[in-house]
Formats: sequence, C-alpha cells, structure tokens
Amino acid sequence: MRAGSNLEKVLERGEFAVTAEIGPPKSASADRFRATARSMKGSADAFNLTDNQTAMSRMSSVSCAVVLIQEGMEPVVQMTTRDRNRIALQSDTLGASALGVRNILCLSGDHQSFGNQKESKNVYDLDSVQLLMVLRKMRDEGKLWNDDPLEVAPPLFLGAAANPFADPFEYRAPRLAKKVAAGADFVQTQSVYDLERFEAFMVRVREMGLDKKVRILAGVLPLKSHKVALYMKNKVSGMTVPDAIVERMKKASDPKGEGIRLCVETIEHLRGIEGVAGVHIMAPLWEEKVPEIAERAGLLPRPSFWSQ
Amino acid sequence: MIIGEQKPLKEICSMLEGHKRILVAGCRSCVAICLAGGEKEVGVLSESLRLHSDLNGKGWEVLELTTERQCEKEWVAEIKDLVAECDAVVSIACGVGAQTIQAMYPTVRVLPGLNTSNMGAPEEPGVFIEKCGGCGDCVLHLTGGICPIVRCAKSMLNGPCGGSQNGMCEIGQETPCAWDQIYRSLKQLGRLDLLERPIPPKNWVPSRSGGPRKIVRPEAMMTKEEKEARE
Repeated sequence: MRAGSNLEKVLERGEFAVTAEIGPPKSASADRFRATARSMKGSADAFNLTDNQTAMSRMSSVSCAVVLIQEGMEPVVQMTTRDRNRIALQSDTLGASALGVRNILCLSGDHQSFGNQKESKNVYDLDSVQLLMVLRKMRDEGKLWNDDPLEVAPPLFLGAAANPFADPFEYRAPRLAKKVAAGADFVQTQSVYDLERFEAFMVRVREMGLDKKVRILAGVLPLKSHKVALYMKNKVSGMTVPDAIVERMKKASDPKGEGIRLCVETIEHLRGIEGVAGVHIMAPLWEEKVPEIAERAGLLPRPSFWSQ
Repeated sequence: MIIGEQKPLKEICSMLEGHKRILVAGCRSCVAICLAGGEKEVGVLSESLRLHSDLNGKGWEVLELTTERQCEKEWVAEIKDLVAECDAVVSIACGVGAQTIQAMYPTVRVLPGLNTSNMGAPEEPGVFIEKCGGCGDCVLHLTGGICPIVRCAKSMLNGPCGGSQNGMCEIGQETPCAWDQIYRSLKQLGRLDLLERPIPPKNWVPSRSGGPRKIVRPEAMMTKEEKEARE
C-alpha cells in the first residue's frame, strides 16, 4: 500500500474503480463548490480537482481538496507543472499531504494560450514525468529532489494522465510505460469515444504488461449536443470522435439524454476490456449528472474504505 | 551574436561510442567569434578525438570541416559529400547549426559538441556577456538600453529588488545588478521619470512562452513558380 487512500484500496481489492472530476470555482467562496461536491458524494471513490483547468485562474486544487475532506469525500489533487516550479510543487505537495491529501495526479497542464490570460509566461521547470519522479522520491525516500531529508515523508498514491488518441499512436503505450517507470500508480485517460482506437491502445498496453503495473482508469465525458461532439472532434487537439457518434448525437431528439446514454454504454463497454481498472467521469459544468451516470452504469453503491 | 561553449571532451567522447567515421563540423559565425566552434576549435577538437581514439583503441576516423554559416541551408548543402562518408557529425556550431545539419541529412546522427548559451556580446577579449532574452517585445526604451529580462536574475520589470547592493546582484558578487545599471543609465539620460510608472504584467506571447516562434517576411518569400524552378 502506497498511501492507503480510498482509491488505492478500492483498486487493490480489484473493484472496478470510479473517479469523477469537479471543477474548482472562479470565486473566493467555496460555498457553491461545497454544495456541488455534496451532491456527488458517494458516486465515486475519489474526486479529481482540476488545477486551473484550460489555464484559467480558479480556486486552487489543494484548497478545494480540503473542502472535500471536510465533506467526507476523497480528493485527487491535480497538479500541473505549467504554473509552478519544482520549489512550489514540492512545497504544495507537503502542504497538501499535511492536510490529508493522498492522491495526486501529475500533469503538464493545458498551455496558457487556451486560457483567458494568454499573455502569461509558463513555467515548465518540470514536465509531468519529472513531477512523478520528484513526488515518488519524496514519498519513497523521504527526500526533496535535491536530497534534503524530510522530517515526515508524504504518503501518496501517484497518478498520471494518458491520451491514447494523441499522436504518434504507436508511441502512446511506450510513453505510458515511461510514466509508470517514473512512479505512476494509477492513470486516468483522455475521454474515450473512439473505442476501436482505445482497444488497440489497450492491446499494446497488455503486450507491454503495463496493465499489471499501473491501474488504468478510462476517461469518459458525457456529450451535451452534437455541437460539443463536433467541437471535440475538430477543435480539441489529440482527440478523436467517430462520425457515428456525431451522427447519433445529431439525430437524437433529446441530445442531453442521448449523451448520458452514450456515456453509460461506453462505461459498460470499457468495463469489459481487460486491463481497464476503472472509469474516470468528467462532466465539466454538468457535475450533477455524475451520480446518475454511475447509477445507470451499475457502479453504485461504491465500496468505502474512507477512514479520515 | 550567439554565445556558446564547447562540451567537455569526455562528454563528447561518450556520445561517440559506437561510431566510426566522424565529421567535426564548425561554423565561421558567432561561435568562431566566441572561440568555441570556429575553424581553429574544429582542429583542436579533432586532434583531441584522434588522440583519445588512439589511446583507447576506438578506431575513430575523424574528418574536419568548417562551414561559413551552419544555420543556413545553402552553406550546409555544400557539405553533402563529406557527410555521406560519415556515420556521425559532431557539430560545434550553435544548436541552430546542429539542427540544420540534422534536418538536411536525416539519416546521419548529429551530436552536439557545444552548449549554446545565450545571445550576448564580447565584453573584453575572452569575456562574453548575455545581453538579450529574445522576449519578442523589446523594452529597452523603458530601461535605459539595458535588458531587464536577461540581465536581471529575476527578469523584474520594476526593479531593483531588495537584494541589490553596491551595484551587485544578490545571486553573487560577480553579477552586476541590471536595475542598478538601468537606474544609472536613466539618470544620465535625464529620464528617471520612466521609473515612476509601474510597468504592468508583460505580454509573454511573443516570447518563447507563447510557443516556437516563426517570422514571415512576405516580400522575401519565393512564389510557387520560383520554388518549383529552384527544385
């Protein structure tokens, strides 16, 4: 056991895990965020808190994690290397750990040109693989990256992202292997629409034995309309959406209902793929649908090992 | 100009493990001026490699060449025959030169024999100082002709910080405080008023932070016909 987090225990027990994403607020009050979180309680084993997602300033993921802990929910703190150098990242890791955070997802983050403050300078002192190396060293050796000993090491369950839909496709599994070698305990993937490509990715992952070394949670994101599907297909770099899905959304008389149905079907399909240890549900600005999706996909009730 | 410094011989030798016919490629531009990668340095490095090979039984055959400008395709095209005979090229031009060779000869391994450091100038014989950060949005008119982006260790636009003392930077007594210099320069120019207004957060889009940069001069571009004719 790395950190003894609820998510880690669920995965260790071989249960099909569920994580879900909650977006921190663009606000100095956590009240509404807290209410959203409460409405999602029990629908997942742990909840990801995005880190200034799409490069827009929001409440920090560590602060939101503390709110979740107060609500008896387990956080996965997303940590990007875009805005902070290694000094700040290690410092925030120590602080997060002291406040009860056990899961950290290591990311490079969206480039600031996608955000609302494009003129920012980015940091990228570390990349996502290097952040995994640094945090693993803090956990396993009880040392900062420069070898300074820590009084208390942070118990962490370390996560990474994988995108099977980005190019070059043949390098995607080896790149995941690199993250595993750097310290990833679990992985959450980009949202899956193109099941054929995802399955091809998983074949390669299994050939490399990666599914035995890291817990893979496949990402899903319910579509609200065919326009969203088209946007994802055409505008989101490293994203593939099959035409059949765009068509299905276009023909639907109730696109939102269809999006949820599609999401539930996708989860059921993913659950049958060897090596997929769970799902990661992302429903930005539609978080209230997460419990329904989990329910309809037969993922509830969640086992609970929450002990804090 | 671009300032660079040769990598230690040991590091270059370790990169060359497994190679046999090696071309050491220098450049007569910037790196020759900063005494790191010109014709003379090509000769010295090549001799050192031959010696290392002889002493350690590496069996290297080392060829030498110095191009006029390794960053320009026209000059790099001329070394085609020589590159074809080799299985590795050690470029001691800047990183731009090394990349130009690699792009033009994709099947030969190009190894960097030089660390490209900065855009700077010779201060006195044998001393080279960084001067420009290439931020893409020059502020020298506000700072008395001294670049705060690279010459201030914190890239502050509203310095000096609290670490400036006796004209020196807090990071070390060898490093002048750029903002001390800026203050003196503006005082001499009678423009201390420029230091009264806070300079707001900078737009870093034109800098490296905004992504790899590309500048297009339409009037200098070849037409489709001209391109075809050239090919």
